[in-house]
Amino acid sequence: MKLLYFAWLRARIGIAEEDAPLPAEVDDVAGLLAWLRRRGPGYAEALKDPRTVRVAVNHDYVGLDHPLRDGDEVALFPPVTGG
Amino acid sequence: MIRVQREDFDVGAEFDRLARGNHRIGGIASFVGLVRDLGGGDPVAALTLEHYPGMTEKKLAEVEAEAHRRWPLDAVLIIHRYGRLEPGERIVLVATASPHREAALAACHFLIDWLKTKAPFWKSEETPAGERWVEARAEDEEAAGRWDKG
Repeated sequence: MKLLYFAWLRARIGIAEEDAPLPAEVDDVAGLLAWLRRRGPGYAEALKDPRTVRVAVNHDYVGLDHPLRDGDEVALFPPVTGG
Repeated sequence: MIRVQREDFDVGAEFDRLARGNHRIGGIASFVGLVRDLGGGDPVAALTLEHYPGMTEKKLAEVEAEAHRRWPLDAVLIIHRYGRLEPGERIVLVATASPHREAALAACHFLIDWLKTKAPFWKSEETPAGERWVEARAEDEEAAGRWDKG
């Protein structure tokens, strides 16, 4: 699984991307967020409020119940502010 | 057509290219977004736009396709810049060409409203107090939501 972080999530977590094998206990986006929060204080701080986190899997927006597979590209970022 | 680029663009040249050779087109509607020198009441020296390459192009293409589904358009152009931009610089161009103005104007409004809430771009501002991330505005979600009923 490839994980990408953007904007202030990237700044708080401290890295732009990382590769991680899909953990056995993670089967959806909600599970991934819970697993990431346990990885360290930067992750816990960045992901503490799920209302400020948007998730895209393979370039499409998904909800917390979206299933994950190893090999997915998962991006976490704040609400977008382009235009 | 979608373009995501660091460089500036020439609005007049883009309009010429959009309509060239197609005399069904009766008008071009457009929106150009510019960098303002104020953010949340504070002076802004510059914006830096970050985006998610790959997803950005996909979401812009989906928004463009939706505009073509809803209105009879001969051409659509979306150019969105990224990188560091100073006040007065162009950020985004949306242009729509159609035989009649109603479709062009409505589609242009739709495109900029949807783009703002769907395309993965993020702005950070340089202010006297330091660099800070621009927060999403509820008004932008509401503006995009107006078009949900189609």
